[in-house]
Amino acid sequence: MTSLTLNSLALAASHMSTAETVGFWILAPIALLGALGVIFARSAVHAGLLLGLVMLSLGVVYGVQDAQFLMFVQLIVYAGAVMSLFLFVLMLVGIDSSDSLVETLRAQRPLALLLGLGFAVLLVAGIADATTGTTSAGLEEANADGNVLGLAKLLFTRYVFAFELTSALLITAALGAMVLTHREKIGPKLTQKMMMQERVRGGRPSPLPGPGVFARSNAVGTPALLPDGTAASESVSPSVAQTLAGRGVESVVGRHPATIDAQPAPVEPESFEAESFQPETFEAEPFEWAPSSPESPPEPEPATTEEDA
Amino acid sequence: MSVLASQALAQLAAAPAPSPVPASGSFSLTVWLVLLPLIGAAVLLLSGRRADPWGHLVGVAASVASFLVAVVLFFSLQGHAGDERSIGQHLFSWVPVAGFHVDAGLLLDPLSMAFVLLITGVGSLIHIYSVGYMSHDAGRRRFFGYLNLFVAAMLLLVLADGYLLLYVGWEGVGLASYLLIGFWTFKPTAATAAKKAFVVNRVGDVGLGLAIMLMFATFGTTSFVGVLGNADFVSSGTLTAIGLLLLLGACGKSAQAPLQTWLLDAMEGPTPVSALIHAATMVTAGVYLVVRSGPIFDLAPDARLAVTIVGAVTLSMGALIGCAKDDIKKVLAASTMSQIGYMVLAAGLGPAGYAIAILHLLTHGFFKAGMFLGAGSVMHALDDEVDMRRYGGLRKVMPITFVTFGLGYLAIIGLPPFSGFFSKDKIIEAAFDKGGTSGWVLGTTALVAAGVTAFYMTRLMAMTFFGEARWAKGAHPHEAPSVMTAPMVVLAIGSVCAGGLLVLGGSLQNWLEPVVGQSVEVGAHTISPTVLTLITLLVVGGGVAGGWVVFGRRSIPVTAPAAGPLVVAARRDLYGDAANEALLMRPGQWLTRWLVWFDGRGVDGFVNGLAATIGGGSARLRRWQTGFVRSYALSMFGGAALVVAAVLVVRL
Amino acid sequence: MSPDWWLYLSAALFSVGAAGVLLRRNAIVVFMCVELMLNAVNLTLVTFSRINGDLDGQIIAFFVMVVAAAEVVVGLAIIVTIFRTRRTASLDEANLLKY
Repeated sequence: MTSLTLNSLALAASHMSTAETVGFWILAPIALLGALGVIFARSAVHAGLLLGLVMLSLGVVYGVQDAQFLMFVQLIVYAGAVMSLFLFVLMLVGIDSSDSLVETLRAQRPLALLLGLGFAVLLVAGIADATTGTTSAGLEEANADGNVLGLAKLLFTRYVFAFELTSALLITAALGAMVLTHREKIGPKLTQKMMMQERVRGGRPSPLPGPGVFARSNAVGTPALLPDGTAASESVSPSVAQTLAGRGVESVVGRHPATIDAQPAPVEPESFEAESFQPETFEAEPFEWAPSSPESPPEPEPATTEEDA
Repeated sequence: MSVLASQALAQLAAAPAPSPVPASGSFSLTVWLVLLPLIGAAVLLLSGRRADPWGHLVGVAASVASFLVAVVLFFSLQGHAGDERSIGQHLFSWVPVAGFHVDAGLLLDPLSMAFVLLITGVGSLIHIYSVGYMSHDAGRRRFFGYLNLFVAAMLLLVLADGYLLLYVGWEGVGLASYLLIGFWTFKPTAATAAKKAFVVNRVGDVGLGLAIMLMFATFGTTSFVGVLGNADFVSSGTLTAIGLLLLLGACGKSAQAPLQTWLLDAMEGPTPVSALIHAATMVTAGVYLVVRSGPIFDLAPDARLAVTIVGAVTLSMGALIGCAKDDIKKVLAASTMSQIGYMVLAAGLGPAGYAIAILHLLTHGFFKAGMFLGAGSVMHALDDEVDMRRYGGLRKVMPITFVTFGLGYLAIIGLPPFSGFFSKDKIIEAAFDKGGTSGWVLGTTALVAAGVTAFYMTRLMAMTFFGEARWAKGAHPHEAPSVMTAPMVVLAIGSVCAGGLLVLGGSLQNWLEPVVGQSVEVGAHTISPTVLTLITLLVVGGGVAGGWVVFGRRSIPVTAPAAGPLVVAARRDLYGDAANEALLMRPGQWLTRWLVWFDGRGVDGFVNGLAATIGGGSARLRRWQTGFVRSYALSMFGGAALVVAAVLVVRL
Repeated sequence: MSPDWWLYLSAALFSVGAAGVLLRRNAIVVFMCVELMLNAVNLTLVTFSRINGDLDGQIIAFFVMVVAAAEVVVGLAIIVTIFRTRRTASLDEANLLKY
């Protein structure tokens, strides 16, 4: 195979400039390493970012290969829109849902690696066999009027029907996404009047205190301080408190300010499934705290969040 | 002689069967012949216990009314010329299928008329007799219902204008026979005998059914006119097949060898049933079938030969069995077998014998029914005792029964001028006249059997009415009431006179001529009739003397003494049941056992094994359906790799 | 240097993406790997376009991108729906449709 490759290399040498060769040797390792990173990164976010890197480098490759229009589409649509969408959904689903390293399916991992390698070998062999002796025609002629104009001529003449079909496809996809993510309404829709009544009867007509009020930090994880120096649990959004609890981070909410620094109470990492989307359980928890003593002013520490994958 | 006979045959075959004249006037009554007893049966069987007190009267009335209609029709029929004595009455369109059209219709012709008179006449007498005989039986109403059902079915059998409707009557009498043999349902022997009769009859019915199907396949119709009128257009092979199948049907219904075994057991039924169904009428249906199908047998000599052989074998077997039985009804049943064998033999002789067969059938109907009624009377007197060794000396106690029975006895042994003489003598004569070796064999058989008949009937007379009384303790024999003796007297008169009346001037032959054809008068007899008659009388006299010497002069032991192998064989029905068991039942059981084994192990084993293999394989295979998308993706990717590899292999 | 090299790069990226589909369990990451495979194919098409000297390959690559965009929209919607009902994005958890 090596001789074949060398052979074709020698034959096609005249069609490839030195700059392209340099570009190849820069971009190819980046793309390949990025791709490997995608499949080996434990964190989904890292995988997404590495995929973005691969896409960016591929965009540059298109530019090198006289496909300027595709380069921009790649950069804008793929590296921009699609990757944003990926990361957005990733955040929606939860970035902490990292893969466990234990493979549960028997023989899946070795077989997958073997097949991947074997497939690569097969493809390389096929390419080497098919392109032996071919010469690159180059796009100088096709891109005589500019790449965008050349593509547009083709797109609006020969491929106009397929082009129109893609619009239908996109609209269908948009509708499909809406249908799939649509939620059935379980209860009656709340009117403004009902919400107002509920708020008045709920016992707290006034707005909740914002986080960080009277505290030393205004981070969302930091509860507001009441006039007596204790922390106001309502001031921290339930979702923040829940996430913090889910990560095993000690929460200062509901504890006497004096004990916050002294002994971090062990917090049971609660299972995400059990607590998610159930803010009521959080609010229903008993709110016990002793009256503060004036000698020890409360010093609530801002909750530190560990970035964990 | 054979040339003459064949010419006559050809003449007969060429003449098409006369198509029946449509029924009009009094002939429209024909259908009532069947309907009256049928209505009687329906009334008796459906009205329930309410009808118990008067039910038997309805039964008698239905039968007698039918007889009166038959008499009216008989005289109407006599008013017609010979060729127009075939009256067809179309009833309704029965099977209107595209290619198969069967009308239900009745055919009243001289042959049917003779049977109708016998059935309704003797049937009415036996109905009357049964009033007395069954007077103490709880199921008397049911009994008369079955009897009426039988009469209706039998009339339908002989009046049908086609084989298919005949088949309905054929099965109807089979059903009635089954019901009446097993009438005393509390007796296991009766139930078994009924089943046996039913099953053996089915064997014959299959033959008749196949014959009808073959007729339809051959002629496209099953009516007598269509089948018999076109018989000479069909190959003799087909006709032989039809004839043999019809013979099988006749064998079943008429208890001819090899389907004879059921008749002796059928005596488990009440005695009037034995008299009516198993002596006078139903068992002669086979003879009717052969005579009615005469044009087919005329053109199929092989089938005819088979008929004569069956007749000869059966008449010998019946005579032998009759010599050894101690049960009076079984002796009479064996005698019936033997006499029907005579009829079948005569019917198998072709146009020469048809009229003689019918003649013997009619005379036999009288004297055998009379003797059965006499036997019933004796049993009635001795508390249903059937063993003749417990009889003896009854002639003084039961004079009327003795006289009527004695007249029947004289008739059956063929003493002139009693009726049996005319018919049986003619059969022997016709058998000898058949000519050739077969004629000699058949004639000699019939002749010897006549002597044996005389022997065993003398034995029966001697053991029953003569000698010392060997009655069981506490038996007080007495003469039967007049309601029972009157029919016996009438039948006795018939036994005496019927033969002479029917033969004088050839009256029955002329009467039947339009149907069965002119009996061929052969120029040269094998043996001169006068000489043959003398020989026959000599043989019969020898039989009577032998019987009297052996059984009349000596005292009869109460228990049957040990005897030689031939007597033992005759006592055991000539091993008919044993032969059936060894040849049919045991192999059948083996076959079914093997089939069950093969079905259980072979067929089911294969099927279940296949199912188990597939099921087990699927159970293992479905484990591949893990539900893990990545496993599926792995398979797909492997497949894609294989495709790429295949393309590469082709290209490289 | 020949444009074949781009093809070899594309083959390598495709194989890596396929292996990723088989190896990873997080549905979103698997989806990313599918996108990686699509991109590898696009690279092939662009290179073919250059070898053949016309723009049809680029047009097809363009269509692939459009279809991939639609696919991403629907695929992610499905993942969100599954996540909403099963509280997980793991492919191995959604294995009810089995023997």
